[in-house]
Amino acid sequence: MSTAPLAVTHEDLALSELPPRCGAALAAGARMQFMYGWFPDARETPELRYVLHPARGRPPHVWRCQPRGQPPPSLAPSAPLLSWYERETTDLCGIDFSGQPLPQPLVLLPGAVAERPPLMPGPAAGLRYVPAPQPLPELAGGAPQDVQLLPFGPVRADVLESTQLAFLYIGEAILHYYPQLFFKHRGMEKRFEGMSPSLGTVLAERVSGVGSVAHSLAYCQALEAAAGCDVPSRGAWLRVLLAELERLYNHLHYLGYLCHTTTLKVGEAQGKYLEELAKQANCRVSGSRLLRGLIAPGGMRREPVLARLAADLAHIEGEFQRYADLLSSTNSHRDRLITTGMLGQQLAFDQGATGPVERASGVDRDSRRDQPYGAYSELPLRVAVQEGCDAHARQQVRIDEIAGSISLIRAVLDGLPDGPLLADCRLRPGTEGLGWAETPRGTAYYAIHIDAGGRLARVKIKSPSFSNWRVFPYTVHDTNMMDYAINEASFGLTVAGCDR
Amino acid sequence: MALKTISLWTLYGLARGKATSRWRGRGAEPGQAGFLGLPRFNPEKCQEGCRKCADACLPGAIRLAPGAGDERVTVDYGRCVVCQLCVEACPSGAFSSSEDWAFGSPMREDLVWTRAGASADGRSLQREIRRVFGRSLHIRHVDAGSCNGCESELQALNNPYYNLHRFGVFFTASPRFADLLLVTGPVTYALRGPLMETYEAMPEPRFVMAAGACAVSGGTNGGGYACGLGLEGVLPVDVYLPGCPPNPPAIIHALLMLLQRVPQRVRGGQLRSGSERSGDEHA
Repeated sequence: MSTAPLAVTHEDLALSELPPRCGAALAAGARMQFMYGWFPDARETPELRYVLHPARGRPPHVWRCQPRGQPPPSLAPSAPLLSWYERETTDLCGIDFSGQPLPQPLVLLPGAVAERPPLMPGPAAGLRYVPAPQPLPELAGGAPQDVQLLPFGPVRADVLESTQLAFLYIGEAILHYYPQLFFKHRGMEKRFEGMSPSLGTVLAERVSGVGSVAHSLAYCQALEAAAGCDVPSRGAWLRVLLAELERLYNHLHYLGYLCHTTTLKVGEAQGKYLEELAKQANCRVSGSRLLRGLIAPGGMRREPVLARLAADLAHIEGEFQRYADLLSSTNSHRDRLITTGMLGQQLAFDQGATGPVERASGVDRDSRRDQPYGAYSELPLRVAVQEGCDAHARQQVRIDEIAGSISLIRAVLDGLPDGPLLADCRLRPGTEGLGWAETPRGTAYYAIHIDAGGRLARVKIKSPSFSNWRVFPYTVHDTNMMDYAINEASFGLTVAGCDR
Repeated sequence: MALKTISLWTLYGLARGKATSRWRGRGAEPGQAGFLGLPRFNPEKCQEGCRKCADACLPGAIRLAPGAGDERVTVDYGRCVVCQLCVEACPSGAFSSSEDWAFGSPMREDLVWTRAGASADGRSLQREIRRVFGRSLHIRHVDAGSCNGCESELQALNNPYYNLHRFGVFFTASPRFADLLLVTGPVTYALRGPLMETYEAMPEPRFVMAAGACAVSGGTNGGGYACGLGLEGVLPVDVYLPGCPPNPPAIIHALLMLLQRVPQRVRGGQLRSGSERSGDEHA
């Protein structure tokens, strides 16, 4: 049992302490991760939770705050990445933050009206909706009549997720860019409420389909933290195997799609073909091409089928080596990536970029190493970091991570301990837990509260694409139209995870 | 230099050979080995008074109706998300895992429950489909709030392995050129409008496919304050394709079925007998 989760620490804070403590934590090198509201014992006012990560190797730390009729101060001015979480809490929990720099709805589309905040205790009525335009920034000086507005979407070309992209541009130059997300808001967090914790795993797998493993892993680890249950070694090692298989097929897809945007046709076909080989390997291992249906609270539901995996992996690795070498030496491809979509290190950190996106901007963070979970501390994990801050660096981080995932999978196959797969994970009423996992797109968190009857009272999902979509527009303003598709592909965003 | 690398890609591509798998068209397509699809139900093995399968079914695909013995259990594959929890929960083996993929049907009742209203176009044109479309099809996909799992498999259709173009089936950007509206997701409040506008923009005759458990029935994610229950009551549906997500050959099969190039394989919630197992000669 070498896999006990890091013990999360909690602390009660008065509202007035929030800004100074936030400032002090940031000065000491901590990063605010996310915040959320929930309604303990069906109370009328939400309790607020702030989750921060103090430093590498340390567990997350949680601040608890009780607003009691007083508006909490916005922390966005010192920790900008919290802005979206505060606006979401206003939309869904009905509590305003004083001094919030942009106090307009985020998750609810312009024109959507909730009779009462949807996350308030009790059933939520359906949203009423009369579409309204998104307020855009006012133009000053120059010749505003030359500026054109292009609203693209929500139904976009090809097979893509629904979202609307608004460009204010002159000729080729993008002056301002605004992605209208949350068309796909499904109220997933509310759907968990009242559900039995073990069935919630099936739902967690369906929050972001291409992150099924990492999402259900973070969810189950939150339950295990709440129950104080240790996953048996074999179960923990196999979870690493699944998580790295997920990273593998996602990153291969990423490369194929990136080549699509740089019009490198053979590169596109080969990337997608390798993704297909990886998905077929997934299917043989788990019965699901998206690796669903194996992870359960306490470990694994059943043994995966590993008979052919080593051979499948060797085949994919051999093909991938040559493919990666060619990508790295093709100037027409590299020219489109280098200096495209620049995201500076400070910006990446302050605005909350996560996963390969922040690691490509020189921010050396990876929750597999920094807040170790599962069996990662026993396995040879290398964190890929690049300093280029551009689309090319984001590609290189993924290429390095594919190699890293293949070594991790191989290490699991070589050293897989014997023993049980599943521990009894019995949840006591009124408990709570925090779980996290490094998805192919960055860190996902699940914060879970169990009610007096042993059912789910609140499930907060912090998805990596929510973080990366927030950062992305900063790399689009003041660039040009020709680079947009490449830049977006280089971020590797999902809409489903962001919108939930 | 650039020219040199590009010709290198050409050589590299040619050297990789043909990746496209053979389409057998009998339900036994390569590359699908190990797939755990819709669990098979054998009511004769049901235990009196047991409700473990229904309790383990998140989307409510398995329900208990008042009645005795095997009459009580109803199974709706239109809601099934292939999580296999019923197979694990059942103490008597009445549910067993199978490699049956999700297969499309023009009738919702074929997946078990309620009657589906095929569109007027679908009914009146059924005999003429071949003439009208000439065996080809242009698809406009609309994501109406999916988890991106269905998109992941739809995108796979154009990879070299499945190579959808060889069937004369294409995704098109504009609804004006589309014959089929392929919908994924449970239909969120915000995407209902754009979905209807896309449908309205399509020329007639036009067809609608509900792909994946969410679009067929709401699945696990439908309902709540922000979602509908798939296309039920939103658009007339011509092909229901369950699955979570449906795998690429299941999608291809449903598309070819719409074009009347292959027969329907599922009726009454059961696959017609034959070789519905997946083949796997491709390494």
